[in-house]
Amino acid sequence: MTVVVLGLLLVGLVSSPGWERVKEYFFSPEAARESWRAVLEAMWLNVRLFVVCEIGILVLGLLIAVARTTRSAWLAPVRVVAVVYTDVVRGIPTILLITMFGFGIPALQLQGITNDRVVWAGVALVVSYSAYVSEVFRAGLESVHPSQVASARALGLSEGRILRHVVVPQAVRRIVPPLLNDFVSLQKDTALVSVLGVLDGVFWATNYANFNFNYTPMVVVALYFVVLTVPLARLTDHLQKRLVERERAGAR
Amino acid sequence: MSALLSVRDLRKSYGDRVVLEGIDLDVEPGEVVCLIGASGSGKSTLLRCLNLLEQTDDGTITFEGSEITDPRTDERAVRRRMGMVFQAYNLFPHLTVLQNCVLAPRFAHRRSRREAEARARDLLGRFGLGDFADVHPDRLSGGQQQRAAVVRALCTSPSLLLLDEVTAALDPELVGEVLGILRELAAEGTTMVLATHEMSFARDVATRVVFLDAGRVCEEGPPSQVLGAPLQERTRAFLARVL
Ligand SMILES: Nc1ncnc2c1ncn2[C@@H]1O[C@H](COP(=O)(O)OP(=O)(O)OP(=O)(O)O)[C@@H](O)[C@H]1O
Ligand SMILES: [Mg+2]
Repeated sequence: MTVVVLGLLLVGLVSSPGWERVKEYFFSPEAARESWRAVLEAMWLNVRLFVVCEIGILVLGLLIAVARTTRSAWLAPVRVVAVVYTDVVRGIPTILLITMFGFGIPALQLQGITNDRVVWAGVALVVSYSAYVSEVFRAGLESVHPSQVASARALGLSEGRILRHVVVPQAVRRIVPPLLNDFVSLQKDTALVSVLGVLDGVFWATNYANFNFNYTPMVVVALYFVVLTVPLARLTDHLQKRLVERERAGAR
Repeated sequence: MSALLSVRDLRKSYGDRVVLEGIDLDVEPGEVVCLIGASGSGKSTLLRCLNLLEQTDDGTITFEGSEITDPRTDERAVRRRMGMVFQAYNLFPHLTVLQNCVLAPRFAHRRSRREAEARARDLLGRFGLGDFADVHPDRLSGGQQQRAAVVRALCTSPSLLLLDEVTAALDPELVGEVLGILRELAAEGTTMVLATHEMSFARDVATRVVFLDAGRVCEEGPPSQVLGAPLQERTRAFLARVL
Protein backbone atom coordinates (compact mmCIF):
# COMPACT_ATOMS: atom_id res chain seq x y z
CA MET A 1 0.00 0.00 0.00
CA THR A 2 2.66 2.51 1.05
CA VAL A 3 4.72 1.48 -1.94
CA VAL A 4 1.81 2.11 -4.29
CA VAL A 5 1.09 5.54 -2.79
CA LEU A 6 4.72 6.56 -2.87
CA GLY A 7 5.03 5.24 -6.40
CA LEU A 8 2.01 7.25 -7.58
CA LEU A 9 3.35 10.38 -5.89
CA LEU A 10 6.71 9.88 -7.57
CA VAL A 11 5.14 9.35 -10.98
CA GLY A 12 2.99 12.45 -10.47
CA LEU A 13 6.02 14.49 -9.48
CA VAL A 14 8.21 13.35 -12.33
CA SER A 15 5.49 13.84 -14.97
CA SER A 16 4.50 17.30 -13.72
CA PRO A 17 5.41 20.14 -16.10
CA GLY A 18 7.97 21.77 -13.76
CA TRP A 19 9.95 18.56 -13.17
CA GLU A 20 12.56 19.24 -15.84
CA ARG A 21 13.43 22.58 -14.26
CA VAL A 22 13.51 21.09 -10.74
CA LYS A 23 15.84 18.41 -12.02
CA GLU A 24 18.09 20.93 -13.62
CA TYR A 25 18.30 23.26 -10.62
CA PHE A 26 18.39 20.76 -7.77
CA PHE A 27 19.55 17.44 -9.15
CA SER A 28 22.04 18.34 -11.82
CA PRO A 29 24.64 15.55 -12.11
CA GLU A 30 27.31 17.92 -13.40
CA ALA A 31 26.88 20.33 -10.50
CA ALA A 32 26.94 17.43 -8.07
CA ARG A 33 30.12 16.06 -9.63
CA GLU A 34 31.67 19.47 -9.55
CA SER A 35 30.78 20.23 -5.95
CA TRP A 36 30.67 17.10 -3.82
CA ARG A 37 34.33 17.18 -2.93
CA ALA A 38 34.53 20.86 -2.11
CA VAL A 39 31.33 20.67 -0.09
CA LEU A 40 32.68 17.72 1.82
CA GLU A 41 35.84 19.65 2.65
CA ALA A 42 33.78 22.63 3.77
CA MET A 43 31.62 20.30 5.87
CA TRP A 44 34.72 19.28 7.79
CA LEU A 45 34.43 22.63 9.56
CA ASN A 46 30.90 21.77 10.69
CA VAL A 47 32.07 18.44 12.04
CA ARG A 48 35.01 19.95 13.94
CA LEU A 49 32.82 22.70 15.31
CA PHE A 50 30.30 20.12 16.46
CA VAL A 51 32.84 17.97 18.28
CA VAL A 52 34.68 20.82 20.00
CA CYS A 53 31.49 22.64 20.99
CA GLU A 54 29.88 19.48 22.29
CA ILE A 55 32.69 18.96 24.77
CA GLY A 56 32.46 22.55 25.97
CA ILE A 57 28.68 22.29 26.22
CA LEU A 58 28.76 19.10 28.29
CA VAL A 59 31.28 20.53 30.75
CA LEU A 60 29.60 23.92 31.11
CA GLY A 61 26.11 22.41 31.17
CA LEU A 62 27.05 20.02 33.98
CA LEU A 63 28.69 22.80 36.00
CA ILE A 64 25.61 25.02 35.70
CA ALA A 65 23.30 22.13 36.62
CA VAL A 66 25.39 21.23 39.68
CA ALA A 67 25.49 24.89 40.72
CA ARG A 68 21.70 25.04 40.48
CA THR A 69 21.03 21.85 42.43
CA THR A 70 23.45 22.23 45.35
CA ARG A 71 21.95 23.59 48.52
CA SER A 72 24.97 24.89 50.38
CA ALA A 73 24.48 28.49 51.53
CA TRP A 74 27.75 29.91 50.28
CA LEU A 75 26.88 28.85 46.72
CA ALA A 76 23.66 30.92 46.73
CA PRO A 77 25.11 33.73 44.55
CA VAL A 78 26.40 31.16 42.06
CA ARG A 79 22.92 29.69 41.97
CA VAL A 80 21.36 33.05 41.14
CA VAL A 81 23.87 33.61 38.34
CA ALA A 82 23.13 30.15 36.96
CA VAL A 83 19.38 30.74 36.96
CA VAL A 84 19.69 34.12 35.25
CA TYR A 85 22.11 32.69 32.72
CA THR A 86 19.85 29.82 31.67
CA ASP A 87 16.76 32.04 31.54
CA VAL A 88 18.38 34.80 29.51
CA VAL A 89 20.34 32.61 27.14
CA ARG A 90 17.42 30.34 26.35
CA GLY A 91 15.38 33.38 25.39
CA ILE A 92 17.85 34.53 22.72
CA PRO A 93 17.70 32.91 19.26
CA THR A 94 20.92 31.01 18.57
CA ILE A 95 21.41 32.77 15.25
CA LEU A 96 21.38 36.12 17.05
CA LEU A 97 24.00 34.94 19.55
CA ILE A 98 26.19 33.73 16.71
CA THR A 99 25.92 37.05 14.88
CA MET A 100 26.55 39.04 18.04
CA PHE A 101 29.61 37.01 19.00
CA GLY A 102 30.93 36.40 15.50
CA PHE A 103 30.65 39.95 14.17
CA GLY A 104 30.44 41.92 17.40
CA ILE A 105 33.45 40.73 19.35
CA PRO A 106 36.01 40.93 16.50
CA ALA A 107 34.64 44.42 15.76
CA LEU A 108 35.76 45.54 19.20
CA GLN A 109 39.38 44.98 18.11
CA LEU A 110 40.28 43.88 21.61
CA GLN A 111 43.93 43.19 22.40
CA GLY A 112 44.98 39.68 23.22
CA ILE A 113 41.88 37.82 22.08
CA THR A 114 41.28 36.19 18.78
CA ASN A 115 39.28 37.81 16.02
CA ASP A 116 38.57 34.47 14.42
CA ARG A 117 34.84 34.38 13.67
CA VAL A 118 34.73 30.60 13.77
CA VAL A 119 36.01 30.62 17.34
CA TRP A 120 33.40 33.14 18.40
CA ALA A 121 30.67 31.27 16.58
CA GLY A 122 31.76 28.21 18.55
CA VAL A 123 31.62 30.17 21.79
CA ALA A 124 28.11 31.33 20.89
CA LEU A 125 27.00 27.76 20.26
CA VAL A 126 28.49 26.67 23.60
CA VAL A 127 26.75 29.52 25.40
CA SER A 128 23.42 28.80 23.75
CA TYR A 129 23.41 25.03 24.04
CA SER A 130 24.89 24.81 27.55
CA ALA A 131 21.77 26.58 28.80
CA TYR A 132 19.57 23.84 27.32
CA VAL A 133 21.86 21.00 28.25
CA SER A 134 22.17 22.25 31.84
CA GLU A 135 18.39 21.90 32.14
CA VAL A 136 18.62 18.32 30.89
CA PHE A 137 21.38 17.60 33.41
CA ARG A 138 19.38 19.27 36.16
CA ALA A 139 16.34 17.12 35.46
CA GLY A 140 18.65 14.10 35.66
CA LEU A 141 20.27 15.17 38.91
CA GLU A 142 16.89 15.84 40.48
CA SER A 143 15.55 12.48 39.33
CA VAL A 144 17.98 10.68 41.66
CA HIS A 145 16.01 9.60 44.72
CA PRO A 146 16.80 11.66 47.85
CA SER A 147 17.30 8.44 49.81
CA GLN A 148 20.28 7.68 47.62
CA VAL A 149 21.93 10.88 48.76
CA ALA A 150 20.94 10.19 52.37
CA SER A 151 22.45 6.70 52.13
CA ALA A 152 25.65 8.09 50.69
CA ARG A 153 25.83 10.78 53.34
CA ALA A 154 25.24 8.21 56.07
CA LEU A 155 28.29 6.33 54.75
CA GLY A 156 30.40 9.38 55.56
CA LEU A 157 31.16 10.28 51.96
CA SER A 158 31.92 13.92 51.16
CA GLU A 159 29.51 15.95 49.06
CA GLY A 160 31.95 15.86 46.15
CA ARG A 161 32.26 12.07 46.33
CA ILE A 162 28.49 11.72 46.57
CA LEU A 163 28.08 13.77 43.42
CA ARG A 164 30.79 11.90 41.58
CA HIS A 165 30.06 8.31 42.60
CA VAL A 166 26.34 8.31 43.33
CA VAL A 167 24.38 11.18 41.81
CA VAL A 168 26.07 12.03 38.50
CA PRO A 169 26.44 8.43 37.25
CA GLN A 170 22.74 7.73 37.87
CA ALA A 171 21.66 11.04 36.38
CA VAL A 172 23.76 10.63 33.25
CA ARG A 173 22.33 7.20 32.49
CA ARG A 174 18.84 8.61 32.50
CA ILE A 175 19.56 11.67 30.39
CA VAL A 176 21.53 10.06 27.58
CA PRO A 177 18.52 9.99 25.21
CA PRO A 178 17.46 13.64 25.65
CA LEU A 179 21.12 14.64 25.57
CA LEU A 180 21.67 12.87 22.25
CA ASN A 181 18.61 14.66 20.96
CA ASP A 182 20.32 17.97 21.70
CA PHE A 183 23.45 16.65 19.95
CA VAL A 184 21.46 16.02 16.79
CA SER A 185 20.10 19.52 16.95
CA LEU A 186 23.57 21.00 17.55
CA GLN A 187 24.97 19.11 14.62
CA LYS A 188 22.51 20.91 12.36
CA ASP A 189 22.94 24.26 14.07
CA THR A 190 26.64 24.31 13.19
CA ALA A 191 25.26 25.40 9.79
CA LEU A 192 24.31 28.71 11.37
CA VAL A 193 27.95 29.82 11.23
CA SER A 194 27.44 30.35 7.52
CA VAL A 195 25.72 33.66 8.35
CA LEU A 196 29.16 34.93 9.36
CA GLY A 197 30.52 34.26 5.90
CA VAL A 198 32.61 31.44 7.28
CA LEU A 199 33.34 28.80 4.70
CA ASP A 200 31.35 25.87 6.03
CA GLY A 201 29.31 23.42 3.95
CA VAL A 202 26.22 25.58 3.81
CA PHE A 203 28.10 28.76 2.94
CA TRP A 204 29.88 26.99 0.13
CA ALA A 205 26.61 25.73 -1.31
CA THR A 206 24.94 29.14 -0.99
CA ASN A 207 27.83 30.77 -2.79
CA TYR A 208 27.70 28.20 -5.54
CA ALA A 209 23.98 28.82 -5.97
CA ASN A 210 24.49 32.56 -6.19
CA PHE A 211 27.10 32.27 -8.88
CA ASN A 212 25.80 29.35 -10.92
CA PHE A 213 22.04 29.52 -10.41
CA ASN A 214 22.13 25.92 -9.37
CA TYR A 215 21.06 24.50 -6.03
CA THR A 216 22.40 20.99 -6.38
CA PRO A 217 25.23 21.54 -3.85
CA MET A 218 22.58 22.44 -1.27
CA VAL A 219 21.01 19.05 -1.81
CA VAL A 220 24.48 17.56 -1.40
CA VAL A 221 25.00 19.40 1.92
CA ALA A 222 21.58 18.31 3.06
CA LEU A 223 22.52 14.71 2.29
CA TYR A 224 25.73 15.03 4.27
CA PHE A 225 23.83 16.40 7.27
CA VAL A 226 21.33 13.58 7.05
CA VAL A 227 24.13 11.02 6.84
CA LEU A 228 25.67 12.55 9.97
CA THR A 229 22.49 12.77 12.03
CA VAL A 230 20.73 9.53 11.17
CA PRO A 231 23.16 7.30 13.11
CA LEU A 232 22.86 9.60 16.12
CA ALA A 233 19.08 9.54 15.93
CA ARG A 234 19.02 5.73 15.67
CA LEU A 235 21.40 5.48 18.62
CA THR A 236 19.08 7.73 20.63
CA ASP A 237 16.10 5.50 19.85
CA HIS A 238 18.06 2.41 20.73
CA LEU A 239 19.27 3.76 24.08
CA GLN A 240 15.81 5.05 24.92
CA LYS A 241 14.33 1.64 24.26
CA ARG A 242 16.95 -0.09 26.34
CA LEU A 243 16.38 2.33 29.19
CA VAL A 244 12.64 1.69 29.20
CA GLU A 245 13.26 -2.05 29.20
CA ARG A 246 15.73 -1.76 32.02
CA GLU A 247 13.48 0.37 34.18
CA ARG A 248 10.73 -2.17 33.63
CA ALA A 249 13.02 -5.00 34.67
CA GLY A 250 14.10 -2.97 37.71
CA ALA A 251 10.50 -2.35 38.76
CA ARG A 252 9.69 -6.03 39.08
CA MET B 1 30.44 8.31 81.24
CA SER B 2 30.77 4.84 79.84
CA ALA B 3 27.82 5.07 77.49
CA LEU B 4 28.65 4.82 73.80
CA LEU B 5 25.83 7.20 73.00
CA SER B 6 23.89 9.48 75.25
CA VAL B 7 21.09 11.76 74.23
CA ARG B 8 19.89 14.50 76.52
CA ASP B 9 16.70 16.49 76.09
CA LEU B 10 16.82 16.28 72.31
CA ARG B 11 14.28 18.47 70.53
CA LYS B 12 13.37 18.73 66.90
CA SER B 13 10.54 20.43 65.03
CA TYR B 14 9.67 20.79 61.38
CA GLY B 15 8.17 24.26 61.22
CA ASP B 16 5.33 24.27 63.76
CA ARG B 17 5.25 20.49 63.97
CA VAL B 18 7.12 19.38 67.07
CA VAL B 19 8.46 15.88 66.41
CA LEU B 20 10.90 15.24 69.27
CA GLU B 21 9.98 16.84 72.57
CA GLY B 22 12.95 16.15 74.78
CA ILE B 23 14.37 12.68 74.26
CA ASP B 24 16.75 11.11 76.77
CA LEU B 25 18.46 7.91 75.78
CA ASP B 26 21.67 6.06 76.68
CA VAL B 27 23.19 3.22 74.73
CA GLU B 28 25.94 1.09 76.23
CA PRO B 29 28.38 -0.86 74.07
CA GLY B 30 26.89 -4.21 73.03
CA GLU B 31 23.30 -3.14 73.58
CA VAL B 32 20.51 -3.72 71.09
CA VAL B 33 17.96 -0.97 71.58
CA CYS B 34 14.64 -1.31 69.78
CA LEU B 35 12.61 1.84 69.21
CA ILE B 36 8.91 1.12 68.96
CA GLY B 37 5.99 3.48 68.63
CA ALA B 38 3.12 4.47 66.40
CA SER B 39 3.68 5.82 62.93
CA GLY B 40 4.68 9.46 63.25
CA SER B 41 5.97 9.10 66.80
CA GLY B 42 9.43 10.25 65.69
CA LYS B 43 11.48 7.03 65.43
CA SER B 44 12.98 7.84 62.04
CA THR B 45 13.55 11.45 62.99
CA LEU B 46 15.44 10.39 66.11
CA LEU B 47 17.68 8.02 64.13
CA ARG B 48 18.37 10.68 61.52
CA CYS B 49 19.27 13.14 64.24
CA LEU B 50 21.67 10.65 65.78
CA ASN B 51 23.90 10.54 62.73
CA LEU B 52 23.38 14.23 62.02
CA LEU B 53 21.35 13.81 58.85
CA GLU B 54 18.87 16.18 60.51
CA GLN B 55 19.80 19.28 62.40
CA THR B 56 18.57 19.24 65.98
CA ASP B 57 16.95 22.25 67.60
CA ASP B 58 18.04 21.71 71.17
CA GLY B 59 19.63 19.18 73.49
CA THR B 60 22.87 17.23 73.18
CA ILE B 61 24.06 13.99 71.66
CA THR B 62 27.31 12.55 72.95
CA PHE B 63 28.93 9.78 70.95
CA GLU B 64 32.17 8.04 71.92
CA GLY B 65 32.84 10.72 74.49
CA SER B 66 32.42 13.80 72.30
CA GLU B 67 29.44 16.03 71.96
CA ILE B 68 28.47 15.71 68.32
CA THR B 69 25.69 18.29 68.48
CA ASP B 70 28.45 20.87 68.86
CA PRO B 71 28.37 22.97 65.68
CA ARG B 72 32.10 22.50 65.21
CA THR B 73 31.70 18.74 64.90
CA ASP B 74 32.98 17.10 61.73
CA GLU B 75 29.73 15.43 60.69
CA ARG B 76 31.44 13.13 58.27
CA ALA B 77 33.86 11.88 60.91
CA VAL B 78 30.83 10.99 63.07
CA ARG B 79 29.06 9.21 60.22
CA ARG B 80 32.18 7.24 59.46
CA ARG B 81 31.86 5.71 62.95
CA MET B 82 28.10 5.02 62.66
CA GLY B 83 26.45 2.80 60.11
CA MET B 84 22.91 3.47 58.99
CA VAL B 85 20.46 1.40 56.99
CA PHE B 86 17.14 2.76 55.77
CA GLN B 87 13.83 1.18 54.94
CA ALA B 88 14.46 1.12 51.18
CA TYR B 89 16.56 2.52 48.33
CA ASN B 90 19.76 1.88 50.23
CA LEU B 91 21.91 0.35 47.53
CA PHE B 92 23.24 2.31 44.59
CA PRO B 93 21.65 0.65 41.55
CA HIS B 94 24.44 1.57 39.11
CA LEU B 95 27.11 -0.20 41.15
CA THR B 96 27.59 -3.89 41.83
CA VAL B 97 27.07 -5.16 45.35
CA LEU B 98 30.82 -5.24 45.90
CA GLN B 99 31.28 -1.72 44.54
CA ASN B 100 28.50 -0.58 46.87
CA CYS B 101 30.37 -2.12 49.76
CA VAL B 102 33.77 -0.64 49.03
CA LEU B 103 32.66 2.92 48.32
CA ALA B 104 32.84 4.15 51.91
CA PRO B 105 35.96 2.20 52.91
CA ARG B 106 37.80 3.52 49.87
CA PHE B 107 36.63 7.09 49.69
CA ALA B 108 35.64 7.95 53.24
CA HIS B 109 38.18 5.79 55.09
CA ARG B 110 40.98 5.90 52.53
CA ARG B 111 41.58 2.17 52.56
CA SER B 112 43.24 0.62 49.57
CA ARG B 113 40.95 -0.93 47.02
CA ARG B 114 42.45 -4.31 47.65
CA GLU B 115 41.97 -4.21 51.38
CA ALA B 116 38.42 -2.86 51.02
CA GLU B 117 37.43 -5.53 48.51
CA ALA B 118 38.92 -8.33 50.57
CA ARG B 119 36.96 -7.28 53.63
CA ALA B 120 33.75 -6.75 51.66
CA ARG B 121 33.99 -10.18 50.02
CA ASP B 122 34.66 -11.75 53.36
CA LEU B 123 31.60 -10.12 54.95
CA LEU B 124 29.35 -10.81 51.95
CA GLY B 125 30.41 -14.44 52.11
CA ARG B 126 29.71 -14.68 55.81
CA PHE B 127 26.18 -13.37 55.34
CA GLY B 128 25.35 -15.63 52.42
CA LEU B 129 25.83 -13.08 49.66
CA GLY B 130 29.15 -14.34 48.33
CA ASP B 131 27.65 -15.28 44.97
CA PHE B 132 26.14 -11.84 44.47
CA ALA B 133 29.23 -9.70 44.99
CA ASP B 134 29.62 -8.94 41.31
CA VAL B 135 26.03 -8.41 40.23
CA HIS B 136 23.93 -5.28 40.32
CA PRO B 137 21.30 -4.86 43.06
CA ASP B 138 18.38 -5.31 40.63
CA ARG B 139 19.32 -8.99 40.36
CA LEU B 140 18.76 -9.45 44.10
CA SER B 141 15.52 -10.10 45.95
CA GLY B 142 14.31 -7.41 48.35
CA GLY B 143 15.57 -9.40 51.30
CA GLN B 144 18.98 -9.91 49.74
CA GLN B 145 19.16 -6.21 48.96
CA GLN B 146 18.52 -5.27 52.57
CA ARG B 147 21.07 -7.82 53.74
CA ALA B 148 23.57 -6.33 51.34
CA ALA B 149 22.75 -2.88 52.72
CA VAL B 150 23.51 -4.13 56.22
CA VAL B 151 26.77 -5.68 55.05
CA ARG B 152 27.68 -2.42 53.33
CA ALA B 153 27.19 -0.58 56.61
CA LEU B 154 29.40 -3.14 58.38
CA CYS B 155 32.28 -2.79 55.94
CA THR B 156 33.58 0.27 57.74
CA SER B 157 33.42 -1.43 61.17
CA PRO B 158 31.14 1.17 62.75
CA SER B 159 30.89 1.22 66.51
CA LEU B 160 27.14 1.82 66.30
CA LEU B 161 24.62 0.60 63.77
CA LEU B 162 21.37 2.52 63.21
CA LEU B 163 18.59 0.65 61.43
CA ASP B 164 15.32 2.26 60.41
CA GLU B 165 12.60 -0.32 59.80
CA VAL B 166 14.83 -2.29 57.51
CA THR B 167 12.18 -4.97 57.01
CA ALA B 168 9.14 -2.73 56.60
CA ALA B 169 9.26 -2.63 52.79
CA LEU B 170 9.71 -6.39 52.39
CA ASP B 171 7.30 -9.16 51.55
CA PRO B 172 6.54 -11.12 54.74
CA GLU B 173 8.43 -14.20 53.57
CA LEU B 174 11.62 -12.16 53.14
CA VAL B 175 11.57 -10.53 56.57
CA GLY B 176 13.05 -13.54 58.32
CA GLU B 177 16.34 -13.60 56.42
CA VAL B 178 17.02 -9.95 57.22
CA LEU B 179 16.14 -10.33 60.88
CA GLY B 180 18.37 -13.41 60.88
CA ILE B 181 21.44 -11.40 60.00
CA LEU B 182 20.56 -8.80 62.67
CA ARG B 183 20.23 -11.60 65.19
CA GLU B 184 23.70 -12.82 64.29
CA LEU B 185 25.12 -9.35 64.67
CA ALA B 186 23.44 -8.94 68.04
CA ALA B 187 24.91 -12.24 69.17
CA GLU B 188 28.37 -10.98 68.18
CA GLY B 189 27.91 -7.94 70.37
CA THR B 190 27.29 -5.32 67.69
CA THR B 191 25.75 -2.21 69.22
CA MET B 192 22.51 -1.34 67.45
CA VAL B 193 19.65 1.08 67.68
CA LEU B 194 16.77 0.01 65.51
CA ALA B 195 13.30 1.29 64.80
CA THR B 196 11.01 -1.64 64.20
CA HIS B 197 7.44 -2.85 64.01
CA GLU B 198 8.57 -6.45 64.50
CA MET B 199 7.55 -6.96 68.11
CA SER B 200 8.59 -10.60 68.25
CA PHE B 201 12.05 -9.66 67.04
CA ALA B 202 12.25 -6.93 69.68
CA ARG B 203 11.21 -9.44 72.32
CA ASP B 204 13.88 -11.97 71.26
CA VAL B 205 16.84 -9.79 70.47
CA ALA B 206 16.55 -6.40 72.17
CA THR B 207 18.43 -5.76 75.38
CA ARG B 208 16.16 -2.77 75.82
CA VAL B 209 12.93 -1.59 74.25
CA VAL B 210 12.14 2.10 74.08
CA PHE B 211 8.54 3.10 73.46
CA LEU B 212 8.24 6.53 71.82
CA ASP B 213 4.97 8.36 72.04
CA ALA B 214 4.39 11.81 70.54
CA GLY B 215 8.07 12.69 70.51
CA ARG B 216 8.89 11.54 74.03
CA VAL B 217 10.22 8.36 75.60
CA CYS B 218 7.08 7.10 77.25
CA GLU B 219 8.51 3.90 78.66
CA GLU B 220 11.75 1.96 78.42
CA GLY B 221 13.16 -1.17 79.90
CA PRO B 222 13.93 -4.81 79.14
CA PRO B 223 11.59 -6.32 76.55
CA SER B 224 9.99 -8.60 79.11
CA GLN B 225 8.80 -5.52 80.97
CA VAL B 226 7.90 -3.08 78.17
CA LEU B 227 6.31 -5.71 75.93
CA GLY B 228 5.21 -8.16 78.60
CA ALA B 229 4.05 -6.07 81.54
CA PRO B 230 4.03 -2.41 80.51
CA LEU B 231 3.69 0.14 83.27
CA GLN B 232 2.23 2.91 81.16
CA GLU B 233 -1.33 3.00 79.94
CA ARG B 234 -0.18 4.41 76.58
CA THR B 235 2.21 1.52 76.06
CA ARG B 236 -0.57 -0.94 76.78
CA ALA B 237 -2.85 0.81 74.31
CA PHE B 238 -0.15 0.77 71.61
CA LEU B 239 0.67 -2.89 72.13
CA ALA B 240 -3.01 -3.81 72.11
CA ARG B 241 -3.21 -2.24 68.66
CA VAL B 242 -0.13 -3.86 67.12
CA LEU B 243 -0.06 -7.31 68.68
N1 LIG C 1 11.17 16.43 56.42
C1 LIG C 1 10.04 16.57 57.14
N2 LIG C 1 9.33 17.71 57.07
C2 LIG C 1 8.20 17.87 57.80
N3 LIG C 1 7.71 16.95 58.63
C3 LIG C 1 8.38 15.79 58.76
C4 LIG C 1 9.57 15.54 58.02
N4 LIG C 1 10.02 14.31 58.34
C5 LIG C 1 9.13 13.82 59.23
N5 LIG C 1 8.15 14.71 59.49
C6 LIG C 1 7.04 14.52 60.44
O1 LIG C 1 7.58 14.14 61.66
C7 LIG C 1 6.75 13.18 62.29
C8 LIG C 1 7.59 12.02 62.74
O2 LIG C 1 8.04 11.31 61.60
P1 LIG C 1 8.97 10.04 61.68
O3 LIG C 1 9.24 9.65 60.29
O4 LIG C 1 10.11 10.30 62.58
O5 LIG C 1 7.99 8.99 62.36
P2 LIG C 1 8.19 7.44 62.55
O6 LIG C 1 8.02 7.16 63.98
O7 LIG C 1 9.46 7.01 61.92
O8 LIG C 1 6.96 6.87 61.76
P3 LIG C 1 6.87 5.54 60.85
O9 LIG C 1 6.62 4.41 61.77
O10 LIG C 1 5.70 5.81 59.98
O11 LIG C 1 8.14 5.41 60.09
C9 LIG C 1 5.67 12.81 61.30
O12 LIG C 1 4.47 13.43 61.69
C10 LIG C 1 6.14 13.39 60.01
O13 LIG C 1 5.06 13.86 59.27
MG1 LIG D 1 9.98 5.85 60.20
